[in-house]
Amino acid sequence: MSTSGKEPVAVVGIGQTKHVAARHDVSIAGLVREAAARALADAELTWADIDAVVIGKAPDFFEGVMMPELYLADALGAVGKPMLRVHTAGSVGGSTALVASNLVAARVHRTVLTLAFEKQSESNAMWGLSLPVPFQQPLLAGAGGFFAPHVRAYMRRTGAPDAVGSLVAYKDRRNALKNPYAHLHEHGITLEKVQASPMLWDPIRYSETCPSSDGACAMVLTDRAGAARSPRPPAWLHGGAMRSEPTLFAGKDFVSPQAGKDCAADVYRQAGITDPRREIDAVEMYVPFSWYEPMWLENLGFAEEGEGWKLTEAGVTELDGDLPVNPSGGVLSTNPIGASGMIRFAEAALQVRGQAGEHQIPDARRALGHAYGGGAQFFAMWLVGAEEPGR
Amino acid sequence: MPRTGPAREVAVVAFAQSDHLRRTDELSEVEMVMPVLHQVLDRTGLKAKEIGFTCSGSSDYLAGRAFSFTMTLDGVGAWPPISESHVEMDGAWALYEAWVKIQTGEADTTLVYAYGKSSPGPVRDVLTRQLDPYYLAPLWPDSVALAALQAQALIDAGETDERALAAIGARSRAAAGANPHAQLSGDAVPQGDYQVAPLRTGDCPPIGDGAAAVILAAGDTARRLCARPAWITGIDHRIEAHGLGLRDLTDSPSTRLAAERAGVFERPVDTAELHAPFSSQEVVLRKALGLGADVLVNPSGGALAANPIMAAGLIRIGEAAARIHSGASDRAVAHATSGPCLQQNLVAVLEGERA
Repeated sequence: MSTSGKEPVAVVGIGQTKHVAARHDVSIAGLVREAAARALADAELTWADIDAVVIGKAPDFFEGVMMPELYLADALGAVGKPMLRVHTAGSVGGSTALVASNLVAARVHRTVLTLAFEKQSESNAMWGLSLPVPFQQPLLAGAGGFFAPHVRAYMRRTGAPDAVGSLVAYKDRRNALKNPYAHLHEHGITLEKVQASPMLWDPIRYSETCPSSDGACAMVLTDRAGAARSPRPPAWLHGGAMRSEPTLFAGKDFVSPQAGKDCAADVYRQAGITDPRREIDAVEMYVPFSWYEPMWLENLGFAEEGEGWKLTEAGVTELDGDLPVNPSGGVLSTNPIGASGMIRFAEAALQVRGQAGEHQIPDARRALGHAYGGGAQFFAMWLVGAEEPGR
Repeated sequence: MPRTGPAREVAVVAFAQSDHLRRTDELSEVEMVMPVLHQVLDRTGLKAKEIGFTCSGSSDYLAGRAFSFTMTLDGVGAWPPISESHVEMDGAWALYEAWVKIQTGEADTTLVYAYGKSSPGPVRDVLTRQLDPYYLAPLWPDSVALAALQAQALIDAGETDERALAAIGARSRAAAGANPHAQLSGDAVPQGDYQVAPLRTGDCPPIGDGAAAVILAAGDTARRLCARPAWITGIDHRIEAHGLGLRDLTDSPSTRLAAERAGVFERPVDTAELHAPFSSQEVVLRKALGLGADVLVNPSGGALAANPIMAAGLIRIGEAAARIHSGASDRAVAHATSGPCLQQNLVAVLEGERA
């Protein structure tokens, strides 16, 4: 298979809403339009410059609107244009950006608006994710109930000390203080407060859990000619991939799923990365529960198996560490579920554009955006760089 | 630098579908999908792990549970892990995403599938949840009522009448006599009473469950897998405003624009598979696509004979491709729709190589 004929893809506009628990002041249309308008303003483009719209979100039950893209076509300037709606569980924000990038890479369109959102205040996400009997045992409430046993398996497998999870949460919540769009701004946060917070799903405490947010994130993706007109430095796509595996099967490794390893390997191959720990300057990974940082550090090849927690414990993933993870504050600080993957992708792009403001990693040249979903079975990742690939 | 546009030749090389039934209480979605996946793979001799990219279309609202597509992925056998995606749209748009993937050069073969079970719930009510949640959905205008508004607008404009609409339903179900998968077929299906005037039972699609799958392949791979590939020489889709008051319901400018982009009007087509769940919508689509009396429309029976929601659009592409495969058609147009009163439309042109 040839991949040499692809059009280079550049991110030239990024927009987010201020993520909060409930945006009672806007409709769903108002929420998505706010993010889209900010992305267009960042790119200094207008609705007329957009050839197609690719939108993603998690289950429609979260807002109680079936296939809401139909109703949102007007708000997103899509009338008369192609509009695609992606849904790949929690990874959807990342998958949506990749579907949009393929439209440019394939030269189907020149400039595409991609957007992901969730307005979780319209319903209760935890119960929206909890299947009725007989599809699931009655005590498996929400995503935390599903993932906590896998965290426990990781701790047992690696011998990681109990406090590692709280270190991740303490770091991400402090990083969020530097990100004006983050949902949680806990100014008085201390490690002691994290460690004293109530236990929700052993070993995951309240402060080690993502919030439930209303928010949207949008990006403008364009081709080489579009990038040349960009008023601000573009982020270039160096590699992107999706991988899926079944939810449950004999031999599945929930701690470090093969689909995640394969997805990262594909992205690194495309981007020419051989030593991710050294060659990648910042990581925005999907960490909805604190312990997923050390788990994904291993799954993504930043640490040997069993060693991920040591990077976290040593401060390597801090904002001033040599592998900063989630400088934005991550999913632990902001979680409009359908948008969370796209926020990871967008924050990675902000880093290599030098546009991340107070949470900017100095001289970030290559950054990884990561998302996962379902029963740790759907993965979407992209690696973006400050330079056009191959230059 | 000159702009080339998508350049790879892509064809439908296999199509399979379930029997479309009023109820499938004994089958889960994955049990409904899996035989169809096996059939479509068998037709090419490919194994799931040899497929470069997989994409599906379905709706959580029909399944009544979040992430319903994660279950049907079990029907694919995604191990070792596969490159895969899903659209919360009719499978025709999953096919479009797969076509784009092949155009990037990242895949040479793609598996596309779609499914929907409408039987567990009141689907007319369920589809009202698709409407503007602030101004329209609270009124619960159901899908038949909205289609009836469109039909009445057509009658008022002098574009059709109830007798002509009845003839469309009768013709569709007579054609479906040759389609072993159809839910309704034969000459004996009565036109029945008004569901919502001016639409009678015979003007409305049957409610039912079903699944379909298609394999796309590029260039010489397609020639190797299929004796007469159905080349997708053009494909495009467009959406219109959501508010019905903002649209002329007697026309479908999005279908016309997609058809222009797909190259429908460059040369005559001999066959059209139109996703018109209501007889009146065939009138709109024939006009938008400029189809003359010489074009064979819906030889499968179309959505008036079987309308598994989320799969019915993909089935139109599959049925058109199957006629290319068999030599019954040389150039066909396939159409899929989504949303109330034909809000969103996809058009594909399929062509066979002349002997």
